Amino acid sequence: MLLFSTVNIMAQDEGNPLSENSQVCARCHGNKYYTFHNEVTGTEVRKRMNPYLLIDTVKYTQATHSFFSCDDCHSPDYAVYPHASNLKLDPKPSCIDCHGGDESFAKYQFDDIDVEVQNSVHKIAHGEQFKCEMCHDLHSYRLVARNENSKIKDIVVQDNQMCLSCHNNLTKYQILTDNQKPEILATHDWLPNQELHFLNVRCIECHTPITDTLMVSHKILPKEQAVHLCSDCHSTNSILRSKLYKYTVMESRTDQGYYNSVILNEAYVIGANRNKYLNILSLAIFGLTLLGISIHTITRIINKK
Amino acid sequence: MSNQGLYLYPVWLRIWHGVNALGIILLIFTGISMQYGNIDYPLLPFKVSVMIHNISGIVVSIGYVVFAIANHFSNNAKQYVPNYKGFGQRIMKQTTYYVFGYFKGEPKPFPITKDNKFNPLQRLSYITVMYIFVPLIVFTGVGLLYPELIFSKIFNMGGVQFIAVLHAIAGFFISLFLIIHLYVASIGKHPLKNYSSIITGYHSTEDH
Ligand code: HEC
Ligand code: HEC
Ligand code: HEC
Ligand code: HEC
Ligand code: HEC
Ligand code: HEC
Ligand code: HEC
Ligand code: HEM
Repeated sequence: MLLFSTVNIMAQDEGNPLSENSQVCARCHGNKYYTFHNEVTGTEVRKRMNPYLLIDTVKYTQATHSFFSCDDCHSPDYAVYPHASNLKLDPKPSCIDCHGGDESFAKYQFDDIDVEVQNSVHKIAHGEQFKCEMCHDLHSYRLVARNENSKIKDIVVQDNQMCLSCHNNLTKYQILTDNQKPEILATHDWLPNQELHFLNVRCIECHTPITDTLMVSHKILPKEQAVHLCSDCHSTNSILRSKLYKYTVMESRTDQGYYNSVILNEAYVIGANRNKYLNILSLAIFGLTLLGISIHTITRIINKK
Repeated sequence: MSNQGLYLYPVWLRIWHGVNALGIILLIFTGISMQYGNIDYPLLPFKVSVMIHNISGIVVSIGYVVFAIANHFSNNAKQYVPNYKGFGQRIMKQTTYYVFGYFKGEPKPFPITKDNKFNPLQRLSYITVMYIFVPLIVFTGVGLLYPELIFSKIFNMGGVQFIAVLHAIAGFFISLFLIIHLYVASIGKHPLKNYSSIITGYHSTEDH
């Protein structure tokens, strides 16, 4: 279970402190308890905050969108409590509302990602109900993978947490469906060293196709099409090169032979790592041994006659 | 029975040897299959290799412990005591015999006796394999089976990576040993004579 507990991602230098406006909201939404003045009874009331409406302010200040105030995305009318009931009906801005068709974000290919999400199992099953925010919680999402300083393990933890926040959490899962939630640990028991794997590869490694045009494929495939073959990863032409290790592989020099710096420093994938020099050396020694034996054998045969 | 030859290999040794030999052959084959696997031409499906490799690894590790204990407490131990005096000379002598003397029909420089069943080259290679490489591969193998036991970083390299490279190097030397071992065992009156010794336990005196 340790595996699924939220791991605090290494604090990052970037990020922004809470704005004054945000602090108004954080007074309540950043704490387990909140107090407000009940005008009818004229008393101070202290109550528990609904845990699903709790915002982790530490993560918020480190998030990619931390430069926003709460009221940039939510109506400023929320500053008043009790919140007006019609605020519930306010539409919330989606990723595409802000990023779609915007040249300055072209390298993230939001529109192509949107198309892929439309074709993923989740959208096909749940349509509009399933939103980008279900994985990318705007109040905490950080762009980890693109950051050169990120460790592979940090990327894996954050990205798997996106999936597990739902697949390992019945309450969130049931927002979408009443169907039985498959137990992730049980459905993956064919994978040996499961804990090691889930800490070293992302769910999307196996559940999305390889794509050359996007950094992260968003097309979650039906389970029948998930990667089942060990050698897809455990081989020299490992799919991890075009997925998880893409970020580093693109940066590291290509002439490093079998080794590349990612694999060398951060993970050992049987079959995918090989040392060119050790390989040549071992072949040479084997060759010489076999040569010696052959000469000896031939001499033995000749000698016998 | 005793006129059949020297009784060199007691039962426990032969049983260990048989199990060990089979285990190591499986380990080498599955190890190569995993390390040099390719999606298009897998020698064996990866999953199967991992399973066989793990099981044989455990068997060979237990076997090694049995060997180490039994060898330590039996007469066999003295065969594994290195003798440094004139070491280089004796090695040269035996090597010269394999390369030249053997073909000229010269007598063996170090005839097999019950007290001294290995020639200098055999002793050197058996000691190195049984007391350096096999323990090394057993320890690193256990480490890879339970990665949580390993330091996470050694010399700025992933701990698993470091252990895995050691494991592969030890595997390489054991494979090399096996090839030479099998070949040298075929040197005798008849190429298969020595193989029957390790099964029956008796070494025919007019041989090797
Ligand atoms: C006095 C405490 C308090 C303050 C200040 C506060 N909220 Fe709330 N907020 C709550 C509580 C409690 C709820 C749970 C629903 C309810 O009781 O109305 C809530 C609910 C919400 C909801 C969910 C409403 C829904 O439709 O389910 C949003 C969004 C929200 N608050 C945003 C904000 C923002 C943005 C601010 C700052 C501008 C803010 N809140 C300030 C206490 C507060
Ligand atoms: C970049 C835009 C953005 C910013 C900034 C932002 N939010 Fe949100 N927030 C959203 C969106 C979008 C949702 C709806 C998520 C969903 O539907 O799953 C949401 C949902 C919520 C909810 C839950 C309401 C519900 O219906 O589940 C609360 C509470 C909330 N935000 C509070 C805050 C507070 C407090 C801040 C500031 C500290 C803040 N938000 C800043 C975009 C933002
Ligand atoms: C309210 C508008 C708004 C919403 C909604 C929004 N973003 Fe952003 N986003 C921005 C702005 C503005 C930036 C800042 C660009 C910069 O730092 O120059 C940004 C930055 C980013 C970045 C990093 C860009 C960089 O170069 O650092 C990513 C990735 C991103 N957003 C993804 C998303 C995703 C995914 C969603 C939906 C879950 C989303 N955004 C929702 C406005 C928005
Ligand atoms: C099923 C979960 C999931 C959904 C739904 C999802 N994403 Fe993602 N997204 C991910 C994961 C995992 C990553 C990789 C992690 C990272 O970049 O930190 C990612 C990365 C991204 C990135 C960064 C890509 C890059 O080039 O670095 C953007 C932009 C993005 N998503 C946008 C979206 C948008 C827009 C939507 C909705 C149309 C969406 N995502 C829906 C899981 C999801
Ligand atoms: C090594 C590849 C691999 C990884 C990593 C992986 N999966 Fe899977 N997953 C599969 C395969 C293959 C199946 C199909 C299993 C079957 O049908 O027996 C599957 C099935 C599933 C299912 C469907 C279960 C069902 O019975 O309906 C879900 C949901 C799922 N995976 C989610 C995840 C999540 C979440 C993660 C990350 C924590 C993850 N997977 C990581 C390969 C993987
Ligand atoms: C907000 C909740 C939520 C999140 C986040 C989420 N999923 Fe799912 N996922 C579901 C639900 C609900 C289903 C069941 C779909 C259905 O009704 O068929 C599902 C189904 C699946 C399936 C099985 C599809 C099949 O063929 O049965 C896979 C595989 C899967 N998800 C993988 C992922 C991965 C990988 C991620 C993270 C990148 C992820 N999910 C994130 C809710 C979620
Ligand atoms: C999505 C890619 C992927 C797939 C598919 C995959 N693995 Fe792995 N596996 C990895 C990675 C990455 C590691 C390395 C973890 C680390 O850094 O220590 C690993 C580690 C292992 C280890 C542990 C090695 C050790 O250091 O102890 C074993 C055993 C293993 N995998 C077996 C399998 C088997 C058997 C299968 C098929 C059923 C499989 N793997 C499928 C990526 C994968
Ligand atoms: C199929 C594989 C093998 C065969 C056919 C084989 C055969 C033999 C033979 C014939 C002998 C007798 C030596 C002699 O008379 O010169 C012997 C001894 C020995 N073999 Fe092997 N061997 C095999 C594998 C191995 C392996 C894998 C190891 C260790 C990693 C090993 C270690 C030894 C040792 C230590 C001895 C000496 C035994 C003693 O203490 O007396 N053998 N083997």
